[in-house]
Amino acid sequence: MSPAQPAVMLTELEQDALTELVNLGVGNAALGLREMVKEEILLSVPNVSIVTREQAILNLGQSKANRLVAVHQNFEGDISGRALLIFPEAQSMELVRAVVGRELSLEDIVELEQEALAETGNILLNGCLSTIANSFGRTLRISLPEVVHGDGSDFFDLTPWPNIDDSVLFIYINFAVRRGDVQGYLAMLLDLPSLVILKDLLADYIVRMGSSSVSPSDAG
Amino acid sequence: MTRKVLIVDDSKLARMAVIKALDSLHPDWTRFEASDATAALEIVRREAPDIALLDFNMPGMDGLVLAAELRQQSPATHVAVISANHQVEVVNRARAAGAAFLPKPLTADALREFLVGVPDPQRSVR
Repeated sequence: MSPAQPAVMLTELEQDALTELVNLGVGNAALGLREMVKEEILLSVPNVSIVTREQAILNLGQSKANRLVAVHQNFEGDISGRALLIFPEAQSMELVRAVVGRELSLEDIVELEQEALAETGNILLNGCLSTIANSFGRTLRISLPEVVHGDGSDFFDLTPWPNIDDSVLFIYINFAVRRGDVQGYLAMLLDLPSLVILKDLLADYIVRMGSSSVSPSDAG
Repeated sequence: MTRKVLIVDDSKLARMAVIKALDSLHPDWTRFEASDATAALEIVRREAPDIALLDFNMPGMDGLVLAAELRQQSPATHVAVISANHQVEVVNRARAAGAAFLPKPLTADALREFLVGVPDPQRSVR
């Protein structure tokens, strides 16, 4: 049984544009993370899709480790929603160690865990959101990060949750610090009006980016 | 004189953006597009392009590995790696592979600056 289709579908080129924007955002964020970790952050090509909330929960459930940790931030503007950075709880120590330094004791690391996760999430999520907002020439107000432990249904049921039909922009990305691999997901929860606006903004962006070589029908 | 430029990116939109920048500078140059390294190397064998503009973050062979491979196959081709990932390690690896580094999103100014440094094989400097 497959869950229902999301309410708004993107064209191939809109999907491509969104992937490229996420790529730009994560690339910018990696500069900030690199500063924290003092080591290169390796990034995979992001895989971007728009799915229903049910499908997003299923996607997270299919990962190897079921206990997950998420850093989330709400954003408001022309597009409103919630951005999450999600990864297996088992890998979170590895990430924290990379961020706060390996010479610290386990006790110190445990104490710093929340803060380090929040800061990592803050850099990655802000990097993505601000790159997307700037590329569209729009402003987003972004809240402070919060850390939640749980599973997919916990993350996607956080209040305030406006509507059961809301869609999830689901991004799978592999990021790694040389000594430890951390598989992460980025997710953005968007309500239907925001998703419709996102589709329009993507179409405008495509026209701006490639106007010398795209026909109006391609730009959709 | 007109030149052959190879543009490699898995994103169609990113290729369109590079072509737009190139069109604003040199609309008469011949362009070849590839969406992955295998197709790119095939074009290199067939066309021996003067210039290659490679995306870094691609599925399969990435732009840095492709740059090294391409420089080996076609040492006369001038290569630039384009990436949103501006970490110093990536920039250094591009240079070590004999390629220039251009930040993404590519601007016509950045492209012009790279192209000015590419010697014209048929003519002395204007």
